Amino acid sequence: METTLATRKISHFRQGVQAGASIAIGYMPIALTFGLLAKTTGLSLFETVLMSVIVYAGASQYISLNLLSLGTGAFEIVLTTFILNIRHFLMSASLNEKVEPDVLWKKALYAFGITDETFSVAATKEGTVTTSYMFGLIAVSYGSWVISSGIGHLVGASLPQSLQESMSVALYAMFIGLLVPALKKQRKTIWLAGTAAILNSVCLLVFHVPKGWAIVIATVLAAVIVQFFDKESEAERHA
Amino acid sequence: MHSTIVWMIIGMGIVTYIPRMLPLVVFHNVKLPPFLQGVLKNVPYATLGALIVPGIFFIHEDIWFGILGFLSAFIAAWLGANVILVVLTSVAVLSIYAILI
Repeated sequence: METTLATRKISHFRQGVQAGASIAIGYMPIALTFGLLAKTTGLSLFETVLMSVIVYAGASQYISLNLLSLGTGAFEIVLTTFILNIRHFLMSASLNEKVEPDVLWKKALYAFGITDETFSVAATKEGTVTTSYMFGLIAVSYGSWVISSGIGHLVGASLPQSLQESMSVALYAMFIGLLVPALKKQRKTIWLAGTAAILNSVCLLVFHVPKGWAIVIATVLAAVIVQFFDKESEAERHA
Repeated sequence: MHSTIVWMIIGMGIVTYIPRMLPLVVFHNVKLPPFLQGVLKNVPYATLGALIVPGIFFIHEDIWFGILGFLSAFIAAWLGANVILVVLTSVAVLSIYAILI
């Protein structure tokens, strides 16, 4: 009994690692460049790796470098980070509906690894998401992020320019790869993704809403509007 | 100077961790109303839409990088390629485009 449980856990962990492979690939060029930029901004190797270890959030780490070079104060940088990362609140709440029940400390531990990418992979997975799966998924993504940012600082160079340019599409391609199978299966998904894409573009390009808020506003509005209409059509079907 | 940066990093870590952790811990064993559950189940696909658009069209000054990347990934995924293959396809297409221009 105990051994079967252990094998089940190991196989879920392995599934998570496999699912995280595309994230690990996508993180590499971004984290390498982060390491390089951190070096040119004047951060030591220790500080660079520490930031990737403790913060583990791509966009806000980049922005902090930019703000540091502009001479912005630490408090303002922390505040900007908070605003940018509030979107994870929404993702964590959504993921909470899908993950297997488990002891609190384990959930609190893997919560640290929720990023746009790990969330997208876990949330679009078929069936329940087990704790072991989450740990596998996060281990490989986090490992890639931390190690690549260290290498970027050490080597002091990122990938060749042309490869760097073409690899910048990697994470977007991954999001498309996660979305399209669901689009084919359910019409509702088209409405959700399409509405959110339009709202996000309007927020960013027309109203110049900060990026972190734009995603939150677009996602919440799209999810609520589509749910409202979905409920109505469901009521019609039953009537 | 350098200890300020370490403190700043710790602060960034705390404010990043809190939104990630709170819902999983606070809604632990809490059954939400059905409408809210429905909304939260919609969140992943809405998030994906917002994460892709408009960001992908700004990966390069040349907007064709974004357009070609979008189309190649979409077609590969539509044809049933798994996620890694989708990623490799669009990176390969853009590499070829970068060589050609």
